[in-house]
Amino acid sequence: MAELLENKIVKHPKLLKSPIGIEGLDDITEGGIPKGRTTLISGGSGTGKTLLGISYLVNGVDKFNETGVFMSFAECENELQENVASMNIDLKKYSDEKKINVEYIKLDRNEFEEIGKYNLDGIFIRLGFAIDSIKATRVVLDTIESLFDGLNDISLIRSELKRLFQWLKDKNVSAIISAEKGEGIISRFGIEEYVADCVIFLDHRIVEQISTRRIRIVKYRGTTHGTNEYPFLIDSTGISVLPITSLELNHHATTERISSGIPDLDKMFMNKGFGKTSNVMVSGSTGTGKTSFAAAFAIETCKRGEKCLFLSFEESPEQLIQNMKSIGINFSPWIDKKLLFLISTRPTFFGLEMHLLNLYKSIELIRPSTVVIDPVTSLLSQGSGLEIQSMLTRMSDLFRSKGITSFFASLLSEKNEVDSGEIISSIMDTWIVLRNSELKNHKRVRNLYIRKSRGSSHYSNVVSFTFSNNGISIKPINEIENKKVMNLSKIQFVNESNKDLH
Amino acid sequence: MNLTNNFNFFEPAIFELRLYVAGGTSESASALRNLKEICEINLKGRYRIEVIDLLLNPQLAKGDQIIAIPTLIKKIPLPLKKIIGDLSDTDKVLVGLNIKQVKKNES
Repeated sequence: MAELLENKIVKHPKLLKSPIGIEGLDDITEGGIPKGRTTLISGGSGTGKTLLGISYLVNGVDKFNETGVFMSFAECENELQENVASMNIDLKKYSDEKKINVEYIKLDRNEFEEIGKYNLDGIFIRLGFAIDSIKATRVVLDTIESLFDGLNDISLIRSELKRLFQWLKDKNVSAIISAEKGEGIISRFGIEEYVADCVIFLDHRIVEQISTRRIRIVKYRGTTHGTNEYPFLIDSTGISVLPITSLELNHHATTERISSGIPDLDKMFMNKGFGKTSNVMVSGSTGTGKTSFAAAFAIETCKRGEKCLFLSFEESPEQLIQNMKSIGINFSPWIDKKLLFLISTRPTFFGLEMHLLNLYKSIELIRPSTVVIDPVTSLLSQGSGLEIQSMLTRMSDLFRSKGITSFFASLLSEKNEVDSGEIISSIMDTWIVLRNSELKNHKRVRNLYIRKSRGSSHYSNVVSFTFSNNGISIKPINEIENKKVMNLSKIQFVNESNKDLH
Repeated sequence: MNLTNNFNFFEPAIFELRLYVAGGTSESASALRNLKEICEINLKGRYRIEVIDLLLNPQLAKGDQIIAIPTLIKKIPLPLKKIIGDLSDTDKVLVGLNIKQVKKNES
């Protein structure tokens, strides 16, 4: 046993990888697909198999200076060029520059007859020629299972495929073979049996009218790999997968503080405002002014000359701009200066994972220093408790790793503050609760209190606040009731960090 | 040269056959042997066989969409026909190359 183990270690020092060049995917596979071996990519039609194959080759040329061969059994060269043109991939350019050879294998049962014994040397010779003529190290065969539809002799195809995979190995090229998903099995004709090293599964499913693409590593010999399903996106930039490195707990805490955009609120946090790179939540039932607090925070970011990404799940950018004008907040100049980015999305438009992935892409593109999510709760109606928890944790980790201070507006009535609030608040550093209260004289007042503020002292009593053209102003509650003038700067602070020591 | 002179509807057409092989495999050898025999018996004097060894000329495989070895292609007379295999079933080959039909029409 020990001998066996030792042998293994000596024989396989470290599996060499051929990076795919898609950041998140290379994370999941710990560096890419096995170098000099064959990887099977399986999935239903329209799951992105062809695009993944093309991306592997294109990235090979662009990022790793490796040439590649794309052998297509389904689409001819022109069709392929047209299909990937929408992803801004100019396949023709790569063929003209002799970086990627596209070899189209036409399989039409009606075009030939089978009389007597034959083998598939024609494919071997063409592939070999395509590889040798540009010294390719990356090969994609898309979708080789078409052979089973084009030829009659199934057992011959099987033995020839086995021979082909061995031949590819001997040629020392890293190959991707795509296959159609079968009923209850990985591929329609079970060719995963011959491709033992790495199997990747692509899935495109629609749950409650929400479409999500997912990728999963089914098998990866000799490598620890992520076994979860990971969402991915296909858009004009090709395939993107949410990198998992951003989910590691490697961010360092900072003691820096930034202003909330409301001077009176800053005072409640010992005159300093929110912790930098912390998560802030402002919760309240509908009409308590959450968005206004969010807007003040966003504008403050822009005033510092930093970028703010404002994600609205309830209002369109136009509505938001209009509504904020009424409390003296003008978004327009900051949008013009390209400091404020308003993005409105319907929460039901995508699944949770896709929202997270979209958020990641926006952050990569804009590189904001603060992010506002208004309201985070409408996003949370999309999933179950566990999903929400995981989503929020990853979201907050994403923010932290990018040094982003995040501001979550959260629609919580006093009733569900406890149950829903628990899930969300556990990842929040700061939690401010907004309330509308009715006084005995039928007047309504707006109140707020700081429910939680990790690692910072704060004023913990309920205070009242008002909206005006000058923004939001806060007064201690006693001031109204006792008609006494109190100075906010003399308010008493509670040290949360001490309080938490139990 | 006048092209129309070479094209006579009343004379049986010359069969232009192209056989793709890869080196001297047994399938390739028996395909060539079978083809020659079929042609000698059925098309004597009006056939031409061109053998292309793809091991020597791999670049020629793409043009005729060669997948399997051996592959026989009949370019002339039309319609174009493609047969893969060692041509071991003479009757099937005759039908496949439209020779049997031709003979029927003549008789």
